[in-house]
Amino acid sequence: MRHLLAIEDLERSDVDRIMALAESFAEVGRRDIKKVPTLRGRTIVSLFYESSTRTSSSFELAAKRLSADVVSIKSVGSSVEKGESLKDTIATLSAYGPEAIVIRSPHAGAAQLVTRWTEASVVNAGDGKHEHPSQALLDVYTLLQRLGALDGRRIWIVGDVLHSRVARSGILAFRLMGAEVTVCGPPTLIPRGIAESLGCQVTHDLGGLGEAEVVYALRMQHERMGESFVPSIREYVARYGIDSRRLGPRQLLMHPGPVNRGVELSPEVIDGPNSLITAQVESGLVVRMAILYELLAGGEPREGAVDGRQGELPAPTPIGEPA
Amino acid sequence: MRRIGSLDWRGSSAAREGGLIVRDAHVLCPRGGIDARRDVVVRKGEIAEIVEAGSAELSDAETIEAEGRSLFPAFFDPHVHLRTPGREDEEDIETGSRAAAAGGFCGVLAMANTSPPVDTAGELSALREQARERAAIPVGFLACVTRGMKGEELSEMAELAEAGACGVSDDGLPIASARVMRRALQYQALTDLPIALHEEDPELSAGASMHEGGVSAALGIAGVPSVSESTMIARDCALAAYESARVHVQHLSAAESVEVVARAKEAGVAVSCEATPHHLLLTDEEVRSLDARFKMNPPLRSESDRQALIEGLRSGLIDCVATDHAPHSSEEKEVPFEQAAMGVIGLETAFSALFTELVLPGVLELGTLVERLGGGAEPFGFEASRIEPGVEANLVLVDLDAEWEAGAEGWESRSQNSCFDGLRQRGRVLVTVAGGRVAYRQRSFAMGVAA
Repeated sequence: MRHLLAIEDLERSDVDRIMALAESFAEVGRRDIKKVPTLRGRTIVSLFYESSTRTSSSFELAAKRLSADVVSIKSVGSSVEKGESLKDTIATLSAYGPEAIVIRSPHAGAAQLVTRWTEASVVNAGDGKHEHPSQALLDVYTLLQRLGALDGRRIWIVGDVLHSRVARSGILAFRLMGAEVTVCGPPTLIPRGIAESLGCQVTHDLGGLGEAEVVYALRMQHERMGESFVPSIREYVARYGIDSRRLGPRQLLMHPGPVNRGVELSPEVIDGPNSLITAQVESGLVVRMAILYELLAGGEPREGAVDGRQGELPAPTPIGEPA
Repeated sequence: MRRIGSLDWRGSSAAREGGLIVRDAHVLCPRGGIDARRDVVVRKGEIAEIVEAGSAELSDAETIEAEGRSLFPAFFDPHVHLRTPGREDEEDIETGSRAAAAGGFCGVLAMANTSPPVDTAGELSALREQARERAAIPVGFLACVTRGMKGEELSEMAELAEAGACGVSDDGLPIASARVMRRALQYQALTDLPIALHEEDPELSAGASMHEGGVSAALGIAGVPSVSESTMIARDCALAAYESARVHVQHLSAAESVEVVARAKEAGVAVSCEATPHHLLLTDEEVRSLDARFKMNPPLRSESDRQALIEGLRSGLIDCVATDHAPHSSEEKEVPFEQAAMGVIGLETAFSALFTELVLPGVLELGTLVERLGGGAEPFGFEASRIEPGVEANLVLVDLDAEWEAGAEGWESRSQNSCFDGLRQRGRVLVTVAGGRVAYRQRSFAMGVAA
């Protein structure tokens, strides 16, 4: 794989390969020394045009665990804030010869556009409301750990689907792995045409939630109130909030974070036994290590790769050191 | 038909002398009722005679050997953006009119959404002056309906009419206020200026940058619903009927809009309308590429919308093809889709793209296409070009068999933002004759020499 831009571009075999890699990195994570030299001497640029805690920190830590050099740029305080175009920013950063650029942008297609202007592998860490492929891969990984396989599983995605890149990538990834997906939310927050376009069921009523094996709640942003998507938070919570009355004992609960406690999820289910929310964060690290490894060290996982002994790609010889 | 505005170009002040002969062309002029091989003799800027192929008496006039290639009445585009004044880095009157000539057009109407917008007689006169010096073919100018295109107060339309405006339009923006729209229609009784309307309800389209449908749902890009256009058309047709005014609806994009116009025409409302080659040929599926070349306003819509437009064009419900030629610099397009400027260039590919995609597969008759490409003149009070003795010689010679790749040899336009870039097309404009003078000649087609 050269870039990770969208789940839509992936085959099931690609996902399988990343899952296998992530499992080997999970094994590394259980050791005392959690760092491997696999990407030593490689440079990874992380460019975030939107605020992010989970995604940026986990990509950064993933890169560091693989011994890559990381340059992190946030739009605030950088030349981006001074009106530099994306094209010029990428040209500037490409001068450092990075092997990968991880980019989050408020605009759909930004990561794809970046591939035109750089030799580096590009990872889409969220482009507008379009896709968030690493999130979907870590969600699949989390579920595989719990369920073994997703074939035939029923997954409900609940909430503001209209504004959610997590939902779009999730629908595609869960379906790719054989699951059946239903999206549920107020009619104003479900995009027209999504059922035919992404192959999911649509409902506006939580009544059938009992059939779901997995309930995936989306973040409900407060600013949507002002745009009259829903009349009030109170009415939204009453109809779409997931609490212990609605969540059955055998249903798994997921959320991409950060959670609005008491809005899309009630406090007791967030911390309850069915919640995979913390597991998702843990998965984020190993899955992002797997993504970076897949793009930079390439191809099939090799025997011993994660030990950094046989699988390590030849790193450039540092200047000033004997070859 | 009463002539309202004026068209200006380099050739308008030149003495009407000399002439030319187009020998052995397949003349197709649906309005003039000709579909046969003929020699067309042009003298003093007018078509002097049309005679049996090979029988024209040769003189010292320039002779174009057509060898059976097609000769049509030249096309008229009622909707282009020449970006002057303000964005001459994207287009100016000279490059834009050259692009028009290269597409077989002998008349274009430039929109007023320039920087600053054209809303005074002084600005309009200055543009007309530039066109007289630089335009390769006749160019007319529209002025704004409202001052500064703000949608609030009417521009001085009576004075603009006297200065030679060909109509008024706030194209690029809708006239959101029904009150302002109504005043403009009332005022038309005084000026007789055609009013061209960009129909979009900003309340429904705010923040959106593509058609609302399955593709926008998949891409997570906010969509412009079809009804954002059709509801405004319905409003303005109702207002026009009430005020006994006439309106021209620009760039129809949705099936609902075609329906609304059909009902209005049936009810006797004086409404005309246009459709662009891109809306007739492409759909929102193109936007899956997230390539900003496919971003325009109104947006590319669904296949059923496209089919409704084609049917409307065929039946004549849609009066004409207009390109909405909208040049943009590469900086405005080399950005993420949602941030990109809206619009595509279209003059140089209008005929070839429509011929390749609609006429060759048998969807549309060639004669209908030729008629609709000339149909943009009449809603603005100009006579459509014809090939018949005694009328101005506005002709376009086309090689229907020539295959070419759009953009491969560059563009006459100063901008390159074509949604047909790289497309293999059939049908190439070889020569455009405006007012009896050669306004454009395709490089590889040598004059007077058999190609």
